[in-house]
Amino acid sequence: MLNTANELKSLQAVAPALDVERLRRDFPILRRRIDGQPLVYLDNAATSQKPQVVIDAESHYYAHCNANIHRGVHHLSQEATEAYEAARDRVRDFIHAPDREEIVLTHGTTESINLVASSYGQGLQAGDEILVTEMEHHSNIVPWQLLGQRRGTVLRVAPINDAGELDIERFAALLNRRTRLVAISHMSNALGSINPLATLIELAHRAGAVILVDGAQAVAHLPVDVTALDCDFYAFSGHKLYGPTGTGVLYGRRALLEAMPPYQGGGDMIRQVSFAGSSWNDLPYKFEAGTPNIAGGIGLGAAIDYVRKIGLPAIAAHEADLLADATAQALAFPGLRLIGTARDKGAILSFTLDGIHPHDVGTILDTRGIAVRTGHHCAMPVMEHFAVPATVRASFALYNTRPEVDALFRGLRQVQEVFA
Amino acid sequence: MSAELRNLYQEVIVDHSRRPRNFGPLPEASQQAEGFNPLSGDQLVLYLQVADGIIREARFEGTGCAISTASASLMTEALKDCPTADAEALFASFHAMLAGERQATDRPLGKLEVLAGVREFPSRIKCATLAWHTLLAALHHENQPVRTE
Repeated sequence: MLNTANELKSLQAVAPALDVERLRRDFPILRRRIDGQPLVYLDNAATSQKPQVVIDAESHYYAHCNANIHRGVHHLSQEATEAYEAARDRVRDFIHAPDREEIVLTHGTTESINLVASSYGQGLQAGDEILVTEMEHHSNIVPWQLLGQRRGTVLRVAPINDAGELDIERFAALLNRRTRLVAISHMSNALGSINPLATLIELAHRAGAVILVDGAQAVAHLPVDVTALDCDFYAFSGHKLYGPTGTGVLYGRRALLEAMPPYQGGGDMIRQVSFAGSSWNDLPYKFEAGTPNIAGGIGLGAAIDYVRKIGLPAIAAHEADLLADATAQALAFPGLRLIGTARDKGAILSFTLDGIHPHDVGTILDTRGIAVRTGHHCAMPVMEHFAVPATVRASFALYNTRPEVDALFRGLRQVQEVFA
Repeated sequence: MSAELRNLYQEVIVDHSRRPRNFGPLPEASQQAEGFNPLSGDQLVLYLQVADGIIREARFEGTGCAISTASASLMTEALKDCPTADAEALFASFHAMLAGERQATDRPLGKLEVLAGVREFPSRIKCATLAWHTLLAALHHENQPVRTE
């Protein structure tokens, strides 16, 4: 596991350079033109585009082996089950989890977090504390607020500094014997800040708390090793990892998952059902009620294969280069304010332009074929910290290029001309 | 720059977004309402001073994109000395213009016509209508903040 930025940088230094032009051909959507101009897709933190192999994996399932899984004796059902379970193995291997039973397949990060809040949360009492940070996405805030309404748990918030970095001293000071669970993002979606997980996990464990990591933004950019990290839960989505929407993962430490009650009731999650009472299936199926997104899961497996073939260190090095270029241009751009200048940062550039609302920036860039995200990025507390209603966010992926970064800044110059 | 874009960010709109008219509180207000667009973070408070069924004064405060600010600014200008019934008819005509459903019987919109270009940008229509939905709430004394999303 790469616990420090330095370790990652040394890996990046030996990573082969990406042949981005060749990789771009793997993504059919990148051939699209928007109003006659080539698409410049810089909204990867919202969702990444899908390579043909992922699209093919989904359509192959529907065209050749569509059947429900885990319960048919017929040929198709067995093929579908094998393909779906093979995807689970790929996920396990990808994040270095000890056992496949610890990989719960969900519909996304949001569901993964809600699963923990709902199920693990049943063991919490009034007055127990949950510690989050100020940089969390709404999906790592609201489930804990809902839990508080049900169980009387108390939500504590560790603040960030003006660079958008977690204040580790304040984080440590907020941990106490009532802290039962820490829920923290690996990488902030609004700021790009990467949290020093090894330190935070050690602090949480020393306080006797379990820790859930929201890896939605991180998994496409950083190698993740849940065993080396020693985290208790790790949640992420497939669709930001070049995989299908409606796919997600919850890694959970076996002992915790075994002790937790089911999340939803239904088919597949049971061992035996009678009106006198029912018993639950083994892990991970206890947490997988109903027919899952089978095609999506298979597509996620293909996405992981795709990313591993290219290699996350090489992807991270390429994205670090794009971010460095974009940051340098941003710093030299008059009237531009960067929101999020953490020392350890992923490929996200969040900013505002003086006197121009982000929505107007987004509309004008869109007429040039440039897709960025504008708004609060489901992180309203972050907007409040920086006293802005919204930001413009450009986020990079393995297929973005330096000429696309240049196109972004040419677009921003036009925005300023419109409002001159 | 595309013709649609030039049409959206006309000089009048940029000017009203930079220097909104009737901007600020209205201590004599007889009614007020709050509008909020959670997608863009746009928010405004609209103040009306209504007497004998006529809007004597309309002012607003808040933050928003160029389209929502210009729309609020132009709206407050159009509402001065406007009978409340006419104000509602004006909104209906304004809405029809943005929806591309104008009829010959609709009220003339005057200066508000500059916002017609928003029609070409469907994701921005809610920016242009935020102030107007807030107006309806203020006229009807609704205390819940108005949301457009």
